[in-house]
Order: sequence, then structure tokens, then C-alpha cells
Amino acid sequence: MPQLNMVQAINLALREAMARDDRVVILGEDVGKDGGVFRVTDGLYEQFGAERVIDTPLAESAIVGAAIGMAAYGLRPVAEIQFLGFIYAAFDQLLTHAVRLRTRSRGRFSCPLVIRTPYGAGIKAPELHEESSEALFCHQPGLTVVVPPGPYHAKGLLTAALRHPDPVLFLEPTRLYRMIREEVPEEEYTVPLGRARIVRPGNAVTVVAWGSMLQRTLDAVTGYDAEVIDPMTLSPFDSATLLASLAKTGRLVIVHEAPLTGGFGAEIAAIAAAEAMLMLRGPILRVAAPDLPVPLAKLVDHYLPQPEQIRAALDEVLRY
Amino acid sequence: MPESVLQTFTITRLEILDPAGNADPALLPSLSGDELRRLYYLLVLTRTFDARALALQREGRIGTYPSVLGQEAAQVGSAFALERSDWVFPSFREMGLHLTLGYPVHQLFQYWGGDERGQRTPDGMNVFPISVSVGTHLPHAAGAALAARIRGDRIAVATYFGDGATSKGDFHEGLNLAGALRLPVVFICQNNQWAISVPLLRQTAAPTLAQKAVAYGFSGIQVDGNDVLAVYRATREALEKARAGGGPTLIECHTYRMADHTTADDASRYRAPDEIEAWRERDPLLRFERFLARQGLWNEDYAAEMKGKAAGEIDEAVRRFEAIPPPTAAEMFDAVAAELSPALKSQKNRLA
Repeated sequence: MPQLNMVQAINLALREAMARDDRVVILGEDVGKDGGVFRVTDGLYEQFGAERVIDTPLAESAIVGAAIGMAAYGLRPVAEIQFLGFIYAAFDQLLTHAVRLRTRSRGRFSCPLVIRTPYGAGIKAPELHEESSEALFCHQPGLTVVVPPGPYHAKGLLTAALRHPDPVLFLEPTRLYRMIREEVPEEEYTVPLGRARIVRPGNAVTVVAWGSMLQRTLDAVTGYDAEVIDPMTLSPFDSATLLASLAKTGRLVIVHEAPLTGGFGAEIAAIAAAEAMLMLRGPILRVAAPDLPVPLAKLVDHYLPQPEQIRAALDEVLRY
Repeated sequence: MPESVLQTFTITRLEILDPAGNADPALLPSLSGDELRRLYYLLVLTRTFDARALALQREGRIGTYPSVLGQEAAQVGSAFALERSDWVFPSFREMGLHLTLGYPVHQLFQYWGGDERGQRTPDGMNVFPISVSVGTHLPHAAGAALAARIRGDRIAVATYFGDGATSKGDFHEGLNLAGALRLPVVFICQNNQWAISVPLLRQTAAPTLAQKAVAYGFSGIQVDGNDVLAVYRATREALEKARAGGGPTLIECHTYRMADHTTADDASRYRAPDEIEAWRERDPLLRFERFLARQGLWNEDYAAEMKGKAAGEIDEAVRRFEAIPPPTAAEMFDAVAAELSPALKSQKNRLA
């Protein structure tokens, strides 16, 4: 089995899907000859041609809007937004149309599109290239929001997303693109959407983390009897896995790199408070970025939650 | 070095019928007597629907409604040129389009009556749900056209919007994408002169909306939007060009909204009454009647017969609409996603 990084694994998922199903088409800025600014679509233009790997004008609303029309017509478009921070121009299309098309047409039309985009901080890029605004999207009924943790899961989750009957936002943690190599089967497999995984079992405290914070959390919990959960799909969120873990540990820490206020951690905390109140032995703690725009390279390490902050939260909750 | 002229352009305006109903024989589309009478019936049906919808709104039997009075020719004429296999992306003021395409009339009342089930387009009919968001459906039309080309389907896509939509970013992005990829889309602007209270002069400094196509690399044409034959001819030609791989066209139907923006609006606050009077003589229905009379296809008895037939069709649709039981709370959940998440299932159970 080949050892692949996440860029290669996603490329492989796209290549297989396109070979298997001629309805799958890719569109976006620089996805064709250039193979994407992170090379995620490398070689697909050469293999499948300009009609299936479509370089579009620089226009995010048109990319997502056109993908909606293509999906409704019967294709399976994969729209690439070059960075999550650029999707705001297409927010209108996503919220006004993509997530509402099935409802508005009472099921006559659907919108099975996948929007892939690099997300998250820590790559020393300019403004708007390091956003972590997943909570904005998790608030939208009808949208599935996925954050793959590494190469193996990225391939399986993307394959599942490409078969999902409704729109999926696929947030690829940029910092992980080339950080991790894993064995990735060349044959087709799926990792189901809407299901969390227990990355590391433990009994004293449950820690939920995703994206680039997952690896940092796994490093930070060394020496603690912590159970680490990776939701993989943020919306819909797998509460069952969380609640089963809380029944065992009675303590919860949530780690994310998005700003604290209104971050997705707040939703997880609310689920735990509503459904597991009597199992909890201590306060629910969140380790998150401050409520600031993501700073540029010189300050980004101060912005991102650090291992010592994660450990401080664990120590605090374990005092109860 | 001398300056040189890189580009010049002209915008043509197409009119076939004058207000007295005289036709330019060189421009008349080849339509049979039956087809001309069908067009007339659809204009009458649209006006009848509109009057009934306004009355139902006043009686509290439907909600806020946007009148199409005065724009019947722009809608019926363009829709009459469409093939059943073409895809259509409407805005929200195109009931004449829906009626021409054969959209179930009771479903139109159902939608404006606040029941989303009215938006379920019948199978085999490629009409997108009504878009209340201004102009955002133009990129969808480009996308469907792109998909059709990838699939090898020889169809065209038509999308409808108003003059206000031409100020939006998605107008630019949709037309630009269609132009750059040479997609089979016909952009049909109903320039009715007013975006609620904002007149065209405040919408753009361009003397025509049709000329905006020039910047995207394809042709734009202005047609007299109150002349059903001119609208039909221009749309038909644009659709045939699109299906033959000739790329997009922008059609500006120069028309006028005779009524308020919606039943929640009072146009007398911003519009002079003599402006409306000046357009009354250009009434699209009146003009087509005069033309048909000259062709020997129309008289008062025939008009009365058609109006009676339209009234009967609308009566029946209203009866059908009002006999539909209201949707249940559980139905809210039925089309939000192909499969409900555990959280949604429990929310549904709580409300059902």
C-alpha cells in the first residue's frame, strides 16, 4: 500500500471518482493546467481534459453558483475555492441556494455538490489564507461540513462526500496537507459522513479536537488518561460518540483554532450540557483562539492554541 | 503614434408591431393562425391570473404578490419560443412564463399562498424554483448550460431577471462565465424601469442594458418588450444560436411595470401618474388584439370567448388550490436533506 500525504490522497480520491463516474467534474480557479495552488488536482486536467477539469474566471460566486446549476442538471461538480477566506464572496450562493434547493423545490431538484477548500492557520500565508470559520457553515441547515484529519480518512471521506445527495463543504486543514503520511489503499473505500472516531481511548477526560488542532492535542495529552475524539464531520455532529465517552469520563475539553465566541466548541458544550449534565463532574472547558482576525505570520503562533494551554485545561478539569 | 479605434459597437432595437397593431411584414415570425391565437390566449390567461391573484391577496386568501401587469408580452413571447427540453431559471415576477410553459396554475396560487409545495416543478419540466434573491440565479443558468454541453445535450438555457438585477455582482459573474466559456444561455432581462422605487437612471449610467453584453464578448439586443412578436422572434433566434453552439445572448425586453412592485408597495409614493398613462397606450394585449384584428383573427366575440375560457381555467385552479389541505409541521423536514440526521429526526418528532 502506498504511503501518501493528504494532497496525494485527495488527488487519488478525485482521480478514482472521475474514472468511475463521468458525472464528476472539477471546477475552480487554477485547477486545470496548474493543478491547483496546492497541487491537489495535479494531473487531472491531463487525464480527463478541459471539459471535466474546468478553469473558471476568478469569481467565487460564479464557481459555486455554476456548480449549483451543474448539480441540479445531473452532474457531480467538485468546486474548489482556493482558500476558505475567499468563500465569503460565494456565501450568498451557498446559503441562499445550495442548501435550500431541495427544500425550496420540495425535493424536485437537489444539489449534490462538494466544495473543497484549504482551511486553517499556521502556513505563514497572507491575510484571508488562514481562516477557520467552520462555525458559520455549521449553522446552515442542509449543509454537511467535513474536516478530514489525515490522508487515509481524507480519501474515504471525500469518496463518501462525492456520493452524498446534498451539498458538502470539505475543509482541508492546510497545515496537514504534507505533514502526515499514511498507508492509503488504492482501491475504493468510504469513511461514512456524520460519524466521529475515537482516536485515542482514555477514561479520565474526553477531549474533542479537529483539523490541525487534532495532532497538537494528541501530543499535548501524552501522560494523561484522556480519550480524544475527532468528529471528522462537524455538521451533522455525532453526539452519540461524545455522550458515550462522557458517560465514561465525566469531563470535557474542546480544542479548536477558531475564535472562542460562537465557535463550534460552543455547540458541543451545549450538547454536553443538555444531554449529559448529570454525568459531568467538572466544568466544560474550551481551548480556542482569541476573538481576533487571524494574524499574519509573526503572531500566528500566539494566536493558535498551544499545547500548554491544552494541558492547563486538562489539569483544571481533572481537579474536579 | 496616432490613437486608434479598437472597438465600436451598435445596439439594435427590434419592434415588429406598432401601437396601432401594424406589422413590419419583413420581420414577422412565421407563426400559424392557431399559434397566434394561442399567444393571444396566453396573454389573456396571464392578465386574468394576475387580476385574480391581486383580488385573492386583498381578500387575504394569498400572501404578498408581485403583479405582472404590463409585462405579459415579455414573458409569454419569450416563453413561447422555448422547447420543452430547454432549462429555465426564473426570477419571481414571471407568472406569464410559468403559464406559457404549462406550469400547473393551482401550484402558482399555492406558492403565493405560502405553501412551498407549489414550487415542486412537475417531472419532465425543467423549470427551477422561483428565486426571490435578486440576480443570484444567473450563475445557475450558466452552470446548467455548462453541464448540458458536457453531457452532449443540445439544449438551451433561459434565465429571467429584472433591471435591478443588472446592478448585482452575480449578473456580472454569470454573464462573464457564460461568455468566457461560450455557453448556451439566453439572458432575458425584463427592464420594467423600476426596481421598487429606484428608476433605471439610478440603476445604471448606460443608455441601454443590452449593451452590457458587449463587455462580456457576446451580443445584446433591445426588443420592444410590449410587442409579443418581437420578443418571440428575438428569443427564438437567441435560443437557436445557443443550441447551435453560438454562445450566449442578452435580450433586454424594454417594458413597464404598470402595477405596484408588490401588494405590499405603493408606487404612487415615487412614480408620477402621467408616466403610467403614457405607457397605457402601449399595452401589450391591446396592441396584439389590433394586430390580430387586422389579420382577421380577432373580434369582440372571440375576445369575450377567450376571456371566459381563461376565467374558467383560473376559477378551477383557485378551487383546486383552496381544496389542498395545509401542510403538516412534519412536512417542513421532508425535503431539507435526502436523509435526516439524528438531531433532525428528534427535532421532527418533537414537532410532529
